[in-house]
Amino acid sequence: MATVRQEVTIINRYGLHARPAMQLVELANRFGSKIELSNGVLTVDAKSIMSVMRLAATQGTVLSLVADGQDAEKAVVAIKKLLDDGFGELDEQGT
Amino acid sequence: MKLSDIMVNDAIIPELKARTRDDAIRELVEALASAEAIPKKSVPEVIKAVLAREAQATTGIGKGVALPHAKLKGITSPVGTIGRSSEGIDFAALDAKPVYSVILLLSSPDNPDEHLQAMEAIFKHVQRDIFRKFLRQSETRESIVELIQEADELG
Repeated sequence: MATVRQEVTIINRYGLHARPAMQLVELANRFGSKIELSNGVLTVDAKSIMSVMRLAATQGTVLSLVADGQDAEKAVVAIKKLLDDGFGELDEQGT
Repeated sequence: MKLSDIMVNDAIIPELKARTRDDAIRELVEALASAEAIPKKSVPEVIKAVLAREAQATTGIGKGVALPHAKLKGITSPVGTIGRSSEGIDFAALDAKPVYSVILLLSSPDNPDEHLQAMEAIFKHVQRDIFRKFLRQSETRESIVELIQEADELG
């Protein structure tokens, strides 16, 4: 078992709104590890859409990503990549 | 932001006539227009935008709740309403279960942070089992309004 921590930044203009939040939750659920996201005030289960939306993470928000389990390292790398890619909506003017 | 700041009481529908996702969205948008929360002439455009968003990915987040939404020019601050369906509506939800509470949210495309705050206000309550249960059981507009106010007071 391993615990992996990583700071991640929300870079897309519209922040962690419903669609990216769902992408994140879907990705997190592919891993067996326990995965949590924290904004310093609130720590939420990254596998629950209802929890993740509570973060109201706007553009520029730095979140702390913590994974705990066999595939923690892989989970953190994958989730960080999704956020660094701006959930694939960096070129979008938004919807 | 509080849920009661966003929800237009006069547009809350305690029993949706709609049996389909598209009709439910239409009914709620029309209710917002009837309550004068959005201009009547904007109704077709708003419905189109909400359905377009729904086509990208379902807003049926599971546990009987859907949150159809759209960002639209002309909306200055987040505005929304709730529709309740005792029969349940197919929203192609993530958990493949019917939706009993439809929460519609419209917000400004120019203020994404405010949209996230409005979503947070909704999810703060919706994530609670007891809120979802009471919402599903509320048979009148008054009881839904009361539920929202009580939930806001609890924080």
